[in-house]
Amino acid sequence: MIQLSVNSLTKSFDSNRVLSNLSFQVNEGEFVSILGPSGSGKSTIFNLIGGMLLPDEGSITLGNVEISGKRGSISYMPQTPSLMPWRTTLQNVLLGQEIMGKADPETARKMLQKAGLGDYENAFPHELSGGMKQRAAFIRALLSPQPIILLDEPFSALDELTRLDMQKWLLDIWNEHKPTILFVTHNIEEAIYLSDRILILGSKPAKVVQEFKVPFGRPRMEGIFLDKNFLECKRSIHHALKNH
Amino acid sequence: MINVFRKGWRPAAVLLLLFILWEMAVNLAEVPAWLLPPPTDIIQEAVMGWEGFRPHLQSTVLLSLCGFAIGTAIGLLTAVILHLLPFIRESIYPLLILSQNVPIIVLAPLLVVWFGFGILPKLIVITLVCFFPITVAALDGFRQTPGELRHYMLMAGAGRGQLFWKLELPYSLPSLFSGLKISATYSVMGAVISEWLGAKAGIGVFMTLASSSFRTDRVFVAIFAIMLLSLLFFGGILLAERLLIKWKSRESGRK
Repeated sequence: MIQLSVNSLTKSFDSNRVLSNLSFQVNEGEFVSILGPSGSGKSTIFNLIGGMLLPDEGSITLGNVEISGKRGSISYMPQTPSLMPWRTTLQNVLLGQEIMGKADPETARKMLQKAGLGDYENAFPHELSGGMKQRAAFIRALLSPQPIILLDEPFSALDELTRLDMQKWLLDIWNEHKPTILFVTHNIEEAIYLSDRILILGSKPAKVVQEFKVPFGRPRMEGIFLDKNFLECKRSIHHALKNH
Repeated sequence: MINVFRKGWRPAAVLLLLFILWEMAVNLAEVPAWLLPPPTDIIQEAVMGWEGFRPHLQSTVLLSLCGFAIGTAIGLLTAVILHLLPFIRESIYPLLILSQNVPIIVLAPLLVVWFGFGILPKLIVITLVCFFPITVAALDGFRQTPGELRHYMLMAGAGRGQLFWKLELPYSLPSLFSGLKISATYSVMGAVISEWLGAKAGIGVFMTLASSSFRTDRVFVAIFAIMLLSLLFFGGILLAERLLIKWKSRESGRK
């Protein structure tokens, strides 16, 4: 079932056309990545879906409801953890629910426990490591009541080892809850490892130049990074990115 | 407490040294007591005259606390209104700065003419010196909320009220406390100035009486009382800050 549908979006800033006729769909329970070079208009896409900007043309629907210009329709995890420094981990992960209505500390506690943050429930963000902060930010997004989660290059600021850790953790949690995810990244390996489907974005103006179905089943093991098929995928995506 | 002791011994030692120098200089040069009394005289007067001084002290403390509370409330309210209504901010903010350029010494007698010798003109004087640092500090705090936090809140669907209560207000607390510290010390000064103009009791009254009868030792007792009181107020705000902004004090404590 189609969850999020983006239909021929066009957006310009002054005379600078950032998006042109951009269309794609995300199905329920699917993990879709948007892959594109920096500056290809990825954040503009998120700001449009998040209701921060209005499209010049086109529409965005969630379920069957038009959501362009409606803030709070999606759950969001930004590039930086963006945790409130005066809130404890528990209070921080509840923020998304609080904004939309009712907070449910019991579920949040259980989820923190599973994420290895159980002992840090009452810690403030500055007491957490970079990876822990990102985990908290993701749990916050997961706990938010909206049906789809947007992740904006969440691991790009982490070091390589932590990033691998986080990707694995994200897959585990995704396997368990199967949320619908739209993931933006500029890391090809990350996109292949995590997603069901990859949308390759061409820049200036951004549009989907190729759609790529990842040929690996689930659950995925770390070993696939060294798989021959994996390299093959990487090569064709690289090719697609280069040709546009 | 140990920390206070460790950090505080140096200025305390300097202060002690100054007092010793003062004592020696006054004794050596044989300065008459009505011109500049030695510290020992002042301490003696403070102890001997305590019973007479206490009602004045009480009155000033009460007045400063009331004025500070009103000034804080008005300062905060002004900041919130100016922050939430940009149109009003643009038209009023410059006038606020002007209000601080009116010399209190000139304004205070006028207030007495308008409102009499009661408590109202005194509270107005204190409020006038107290509210401004708080308004400016709070406004700065509201406006400096990081863009990423604001963006998250908006994407998550926060309304104007939620943005204020869940982001801007807590974020501005450290800044607000800087303003409160300044205002707390100003409030004592404001109280003393307002008492000069005419009151039944207060350190300001005590001071005018002492200086017109050349009791310089008493003037110094009043000066030290004001300093101590300001310091005490400042300490009180510091304590409140520690209790309220746990996330910040622990952060700086770790560095």
